[in-house]
Amino acid sequence: MAGILDWLTTPQTIFFLAVTMVVFVSLQLSAAVMVYAERKVSAFMQQRYGPYLVGPRGLLQPIADIVKLMFKEELKPKAADTLLFAAAPVISAIAAITAFAPVPFGASTTFFGLLPEPMPLMVADINVAVLVIFAVTSMGVYGIVLAGWSSNSKYSLLGGLRSSAQMISYELAYGMALATVVMIAGSLSLREIVDSQSGYWFGFIPRWFAFINPISFFVFTVAGIAETNRAPFDFPEAEQELVAGYHTEYSSMRFALFFLAEYINMVTVAAVAVNLFLGGWHGPFIPEAYGWVWFLIKLAALCFGYLWLRWTLPRFRYDQLMAFGWKVLLPAATVNLLLSAAGVLYFGL
Amino acid sequence: MVFDHLLFYVFGAVSVLGSLLVIGQRNPIYSVLALIVAFFGLSGLYVLLEAPFVAVVQIIIYAGAIMVLFLFVVMLLNVPREGASEWDRAHPFYRPWPPRIGALLALLLAAQLAWALSRTPGLGIGVADQRPAVSSVAELGRVLFTDYMFAFEVTSILIIVAMVGAVTLARKRED
Repeated sequence: MAGILDWLTTPQTIFFLAVTMVVFVSLQLSAAVMVYAERKVSAFMQQRYGPYLVGPRGLLQPIADIVKLMFKEELKPKAADTLLFAAAPVISAIAAITAFAPVPFGASTTFFGLLPEPMPLMVADINVAVLVIFAVTSMGVYGIVLAGWSSNSKYSLLGGLRSSAQMISYELAYGMALATVVMIAGSLSLREIVDSQSGYWFGFIPRWFAFINPISFFVFTVAGIAETNRAPFDFPEAEQELVAGYHTEYSSMRFALFFLAEYINMVTVAAVAVNLFLGGWHGPFIPEAYGWVWFLIKLAALCFGYLWLRWTLPRFRYDQLMAFGWKVLLPAATVNLLLSAAGVLYFGL
Repeated sequence: MVFDHLLFYVFGAVSVLGSLLVIGQRNPIYSVLALIVAFFGLSGLYVLLEAPFVAVVQIIIYAGAIMVLFLFVVMLLNVPREGASEWDRAHPFYRPWPPRIGALLALLLAAQLAWALSRTPGLGIGVADQRPAVSSVAELGRVLFTDYMFAFEVTSILIIVAMVGAVTLARKRED
């Protein structure tokens, strides 16, 4: 017993628990921020005001939304599969939150000298982090597919089937883009990948992988949008054809969990892109210890890009989506992988 | 160390119970999901054996890719719940021949497993304590492409043959 207590009160354990809590809470807050940002950005692009009644400039609107959702009635179709209908949104949310665990968001720190040795600012420093993120993200598809099937509704089922077809198609290109970065960095650990992007060329161009390998960055971003089911690839919930797709039959907090998972997935994909291609927490002017500020700035820029795309591009047609994934994105990623392999082998990139 | 042992029993129980549930279900969707749970248990066991790469690959390939396709096919074909067959209610001695052959094969498999396990040295005295010779991904790749090159390439040809065969069988006839 005393051993466990000693272990629990070491600075390292307290720091680890604190980081875990911070990540867990800020991921959920980030979903609220993204909902607010989405409504404000879309309003700006369509020359509207957006939410402005609840709180100053409508800042408390997400909280009002959550309270409203909590008081809604939980509806369940009569012929739905009770167990899976309840489990599907939970699977989605768990996969979304877990995917952020191996993502570093700052340089190693001793926390003002309180820790005996520097610890990385991340939940789990895994040496196969890139693969873990890939694995957990691919678990998210189960939430959507099971929601579609268990609702026992044709709109939900079609939404779930479309989503699984889309995710399987785009996972290939996504994996190829990941492999390219892993090859250039020579490591599967996100912390080491970020560290290999420090420094500058000619004193001012940062050594980001986005500059070494822009094709890979493009493929990763496009496949990331498709993986998170965002416009212009939001087929699983195309309103005109499928009502609301896989979550047609969901209401109240179960629906809120899907909503939460969608926005957290968006933030996670953006965070992984920042670490893989945009140098993570490295940046000028800010001392290394406060690198997380740069991380947040880059993350916000990418998330804004997501919103921008959604409110400017129309949705593709379904056959266009499949043709683009298999005939453009996958060949481009494969050729890029081979060229990068040659570059690493002969020029030592 | 005690914690490791506890985790071993938890993951072991998850994979064994999951596998039993796969064959103990009438509803094919639940079977697929039980198999995914069993894969997660196996993946946990790999982590305990200090093989994180194998653990993650297990999740990506089996739970992430193959089982999604399984689920996709089961949902798309709308496979009905299995009802109890005629012979299920018959006396064991009067059942038709396919289940009998199946039972025979199962017995054979159990006998083989018992024989193989009885010949494995050091079983039950802490196999997990022996650290694997190949643990890092870089080392794994080097070994795979040098020492086991032939086996690796032969396996890839085998998979390509299976893929071409599947495409040929599924292709629509022109006439």
